[in-house]
Amino acid sequence: MRKIDLKDVTKKIKELFIDACSNLPENVMETLKKAKEQEQSPLCKDVFSQIIANAELSKEKQLPLCQDTGVAVVFLTIGSEVVFEGDIYQAVNEGVRLAYTDGYLRKSVVRHPLDRVNTKDNTPAIVHIKMVPGDVFKIDVAPKGGGSENLSTVKMLIPADGVEGIKNLVVKTVAEAGGKPCPPLVIGVGIGGNFEKCALMAKEALLREIDDESPDPIARELEKELLELVNNTGVGAMGFGGTKTCLAVKVNVHPCHIASLPVAINLQCHSARHKSANL
Amino acid sequence: MIKLTCPVDPEQIKKLRAGDVVYLSGTMYTGRDAAHKRLCELLEKNQPLPIDVNNMAIYYVGPTPAKPGRAIGSAGPTSSYRMDAYTKPLLEQGLKVMIGKGPRCEELKSWLAEHGAVYMSAIGGAAASISESVKSCKVIAYEDLGAEAIHKLEIEDFYAIVTYDSVGGDLFADGIKQYKK
Repeated sequence: MRKIDLKDVTKKIKELFIDACSNLPENVMETLKKAKEQEQSPLCKDVFSQIIANAELSKEKQLPLCQDTGVAVVFLTIGSEVVFEGDIYQAVNEGVRLAYTDGYLRKSVVRHPLDRVNTKDNTPAIVHIKMVPGDVFKIDVAPKGGGSENLSTVKMLIPADGVEGIKNLVVKTVAEAGGKPCPPLVIGVGIGGNFEKCALMAKEALLREIDDESPDPIARELEKELLELVNNTGVGAMGFGGTKTCLAVKVNVHPCHIASLPVAINLQCHSARHKSANL
Repeated sequence: MIKLTCPVDPEQIKKLRAGDVVYLSGTMYTGRDAAHKRLCELLEKNQPLPIDVNNMAIYYVGPTPAKPGRAIGSAGPTSSYRMDAYTKPLLEQGLKVMIGKGPRCEELKSWLAEHGAVYMSAIGGAAASISESVKSCKVIAYEDLGAEAIHKLEIEDFYAIVTYDSVGGDLFADGIKQYKK
């Protein structure tokens, strides 16, 4: 058995959120630079330049990349040989509270969806816990902005809709969203499972490295096709019209019911912030 | 390149066309969903607003807290369509410029034409860079709303692109038509 002190969880969560909000992952920067070269619209090329300059300034002066420092989404992968004493959710929320108050991040959470009073410390976080064999304790954090989240969707397709139905849904979602979710986007797609599983997979897909490939050959092929289709919408950076609406599409899949073809599409703005660490 | 001073000269606003790049200096207000809701509730009751919006610009932003030594935190635009429901009454009060990001409702174009106003886009997610053009930031209404309070900003060479002008021009529609395959 490996013992984990929850104080270390709190400390690491705080560090990861502050880090994620100001430091865009290197491979996202590289992807933005490549996309800028390929962009055909002069206006969108300029938008790419400004996005890249913003990320450089954020890193240099340790300023949040975006004023929307998001809802704090936390994925914990915990090995069955790991033990800890106390309330893991409380430890995570304490880390979030410290990150958002000490780290000059925006508090964007209201305590109730209808009375809308701000909690003033960005808690509670949204926490997903996955149990695995072994003694791993992995933390993935993703500050998720509201603008792109609002344009995300879940649709219960049926088997007859097939892969064409999925493609149409992704293209329609991106085209209708236009500039609202801050393209260039990263698109997480969850296919299969059931109603809630596909939404979670779409979010998990956004945690994948921007330059990785799906290990599933069908998903891998679909990612390439969807990227091309989405870029053909012409939406472009900020919706100004261009050839690079999307930086990457990530498709995660799961077995599902014989009657169902659940699909979730989680849109991520160009500020594709996520960080991870092992304790 | 077009330079504009806020409060604006209404005649200059009418001449702007979708696609124009402008650099704004002077004073503007911030406002998001919650502040807009309160402003419109006051107007419904025929009560005075805490700010005079005549010939002014409202920037849809909820900044991060300012780090020591900085005028404002990161301050990029939020999605403008959420303010559509509150926009008409403010245009009737003389509001001339709205700055945000993303497309808005179709009716907005006729309201802009009626009131000689424009909608501009700032670059979504370029929040650290944008903060450099803000010289001072002061809460002037609804402090309880935190980042959503109305702030008065002094700005210098604030970059924006005219997206909907006052004669029906629409940068989004034109641009997407050109690059759609």
